[in-house]
Amino acid sequence: MEKERRDFMGLSLGLFTAAGSIGALYAMKRTWDPLPSVKAAGFTTIELANAKPNELVVEKWRGKPIFVLKKSADMEANDRDVIVGGDRFHISIGLCTHLGCIPAYEKDNHEFFCACHGGRFNASGINEPGLPPPSPLEIPPFKINGTQLVLGEEGPEYKKMKIDNLIA
Amino acid sequence: MRELKIFAIVAFFSLLTYYLVEPYAHHAMHMKVDKDGNEIKIESHGFTYDGTDDIAEAKRKGDDALVAKKEAFWSDVVVVSSMTGDTVAGEAVFANCLGCHSGANINMGGVVPPNLDHAGAIYDKNYLIALIKDPAMASNVDHKYADTSMHPMGSIKFTVTDNQQIADVVAYILEKKVGEVTAKEVFTEACVRCHAVRYAKMTQIGETPKFKHRKDALAHEIKVIEEQDRIKAYMGNLPPDLSMMIRARSSHFLETFVENPQSGLPGTSMPRVGLNQEGYEKVKEYLTEAGDPSKKAREELGPWVIGFFVIFTILAFLWKKSMWRDLH
Amino acid sequence: MAHFDENAKPFSNKWLDERIGLNTLKRVLNTEYWIPKDINFLWAMGMVLAATFGILVISGIFLLMYYKPDADLAFDSVNYTIMSEVGFGWLWRHVHGVGASIVFLIIYIHMFTGIYYGSYKRGRELIWLSGMGLFVAFSAEAFSGYMLPWGQMSYWAGMVITNLFSGGSLEAYGLVEWIRGDYVPGDAYLTRFFMLHVLLIPLAIIGLIVLHFGTLRLPHVNNQEGAEIDFDEAASLWKAGKRKESKVIPFSPVFLSKDIFVMGVYFILFFYLVFYHFDFAMDPVNFDPANGLKTPAHIYPEWYFLWSYEILRPFSKDVGLIAFGIAQAAFVFLPFIDRSPNVAPAHKRGLFQIWFWVLLIDMIVLTAMGKLPPTDPTFAFIGLVSAILFLCMGPILVVITMFEKKIEKGA
Repeated sequence: MEKERRDFMGLSLGLFTAAGSIGALYAMKRTWDPLPSVKAAGFTTIELANAKPNELVVEKWRGKPIFVLKKSADMEANDRDVIVGGDRFHISIGLCTHLGCIPAYEKDNHEFFCACHGGRFNASGINEPGLPPPSPLEIPPFKINGTQLVLGEEGPEYKKMKIDNLIA
Repeated sequence: MRELKIFAIVAFFSLLTYYLVEPYAHHAMHMKVDKDGNEIKIESHGFTYDGTDDIAEAKRKGDDALVAKKEAFWSDVVVVSSMTGDTVAGEAVFANCLGCHSGANINMGGVVPPNLDHAGAIYDKNYLIALIKDPAMASNVDHKYADTSMHPMGSIKFTVTDNQQIADVVAYILEKKVGEVTAKEVFTEACVRCHAVRYAKMTQIGETPKFKHRKDALAHEIKVIEEQDRIKAYMGNLPPDLSMMIRARSSHFLETFVENPQSGLPGTSMPRVGLNQEGYEKVKEYLTEAGDPSKKAREELGPWVIGFFVIFTILAFLWKKSMWRDLH
Repeated sequence: MAHFDENAKPFSNKWLDERIGLNTLKRVLNTEYWIPKDINFLWAMGMVLAATFGILVISGIFLLMYYKPDADLAFDSVNYTIMSEVGFGWLWRHVHGVGASIVFLIIYIHMFTGIYYGSYKRGRELIWLSGMGLFVAFSAEAFSGYMLPWGQMSYWAGMVITNLFSGGSLEAYGLVEWIRGDYVPGDAYLTRFFMLHVLLIPLAIIGLIVLHFGTLRLPHVNNQEGAEIDFDEAASLWKAGKRKESKVIPFSPVFLSKDIFVMGVYFILFFYLVFYHFDFAMDPVNFDPANGLKTPAHIYPEWYFLWSYEILRPFSKDVGLIAFGIAQAAFVFLPFIDRSPNVAPAHKRGLFQIWFWVLLIDMIVLTAMGKLPPTDPTFAFIGLVSAILFLCMGPILVVITMFEKKIEKGA
């Protein structure tokens, strides 16, 4: 009888403490979250009006390189292209989908070549079969804003690509 | 019971030590005394201005001429305050103000003249009257000038000379320059020309925009430094950044200091700003946002954590009792 | 090799017992670590201290994640990043700041409990000495931590305290510069005190805590009457189920249940301070960034250093330093200067009882005078008298305890 009471009280105290420690764990988890300033910096605006055809521009977004390639008339169109002001752009995160190296753009044959393991992507970011990269270059979330592109926000064009499974 | 007696003794000595090193020592530390050793009580006047502090300060200096001058000045202010102002006539007088108070953010005579868009909402009526009569006297920095018309705004004494004109323009400001005003606006209008708040990206020339290129950022920074140099030349040294001021000073200090900077830092070149109660509350709100933004979260979480430990203690007591029941 | 049961399930009680002596550990550290029954809540201060140290470590870990030990970045990393950006960063900082201050209150209560009940006497000298080691280590930890926010009080405390090492007329400024790694407290100074605060001193503290617990195990903790207990006899009574007759209780769970209750009361106070009354531990002046060209109007150490600071202050530089040195070391020698044969609470020890209360009050007076402005002649005089009195307390103790009569126990 007495022992039962002791056990019951000890158990309630233990359970109550455990419940409290969940709260403490939540605070700890929040402390590990990215800071608001990091999240606020997660948006990058890119001006596309001055881009020249077949010249790769590399911008930075969330610490990653972003490929911006204005397609020239002789380059093949693709559903993955972002159309701004009548021009076609290839926009992607410039990290090889194999192991994350940055591919180099080869102007003459309109291809991205990753020196790390020999992966190749065409000017629309589609990987060439038979080589290490398993998928096309990933398209970052974007929103078209006049002649500007806001990275980090999901605009209707991006959402459509997402539905069509063209992102990566 | 013995344990309670011991607890009372421990609590007594702990609280005694606390009382001595905190309230008592801080009171003794910050106490100001006059020549005869009497304590000078520094109290807020609810953000209204009638020169009480200024006259008392002059009396403590023992300067009879100054006492007379201040008394005459502030009693004059009271006279104007009781006059009825005409807002239409006031608008015409106000045109004189716009020459400098254009909101253009250009340094004039050492400092950027403040924007007056909400002046009627955030400044005290008596203060506005006093300021137009004699800016240096109103802001209690007349000790800086041999002739108070050398104050950057000193020329107002020759432009708006008539008491009725002053009553008119103040009536105009109090009626037209009002409206909803945010904490940031009040702070910008009242404080920013001298003080930066780096935690809110605020500098003496306003909020710092985001720059994509380092060159633009540096160019802006140079502009800020140049403005700071001008203020330094005007004020003697650069007024402090106010980011953490809400935690660095007690609320009593902040209140009395904003009301009359000379009360907290005798001889300071900081002018009285003349905020009314509402204006001060907004400034306080802005400083709290910059320097103590977790205040709300802290105050909300407090009762939960303390409540948790109260229940924890009750449960622990019951457990202890069950454990110790058959020991004696 | 010893025999291991091949049928024991991995990580079962038996499996663990065979490998790490689990049952022995439990017995030695918990269920058969005997604590006298005749105790009061002051006996829980040790566990309260251990818990506070744990809280300081945990909150410190989260502060460490965002703190930047750099003279240019430190202030903003604390006051901006941690206080306003990091989720619950303010909570860790308040807990850490309040914990660092309140831990000294408990240390002093713990220490004066030990003095009152004579818990440093024969057999328990090492408990006292390792405890004093902890006091020194906690002081160093508190001081080095106080540097880190790099506010005005941090900077000027750093300046003043490191200057003490110049040794007055010895003028050992080379030593001061060596400690700082700079002519004034600067970047090198901040990074080395950061290292001390987060690594070296905590390691020392953990080691000393283990030693402190170790020194307790054989002599056992004292009791309210200072009675000598036959622990074997008392333990066998307990094990035979005669709980009422036995003079002891096991550490776990019986003693612990009382400890945890006391801890609960303590945590209510602790978190009240964290949320609503933190200014005493987080000095507002330290929210002004460090400025090597402007000394704050009033500088003073945190409250727990005030009594020794006051022993330094009323004297000329050299005398002050010597007095300060003596005061720092004085408590260490307590087991050897108390010559009385009695292990008994102060209220049974005649003159010692008066000595105890005079010491306590003198230290409180010193603490208060240490913070009051030294420019006031009355305060300065009281400070001088209490400092001299403190320095005399040691010799007085030797004399009064030499003549203390032996108390006949069991009478």
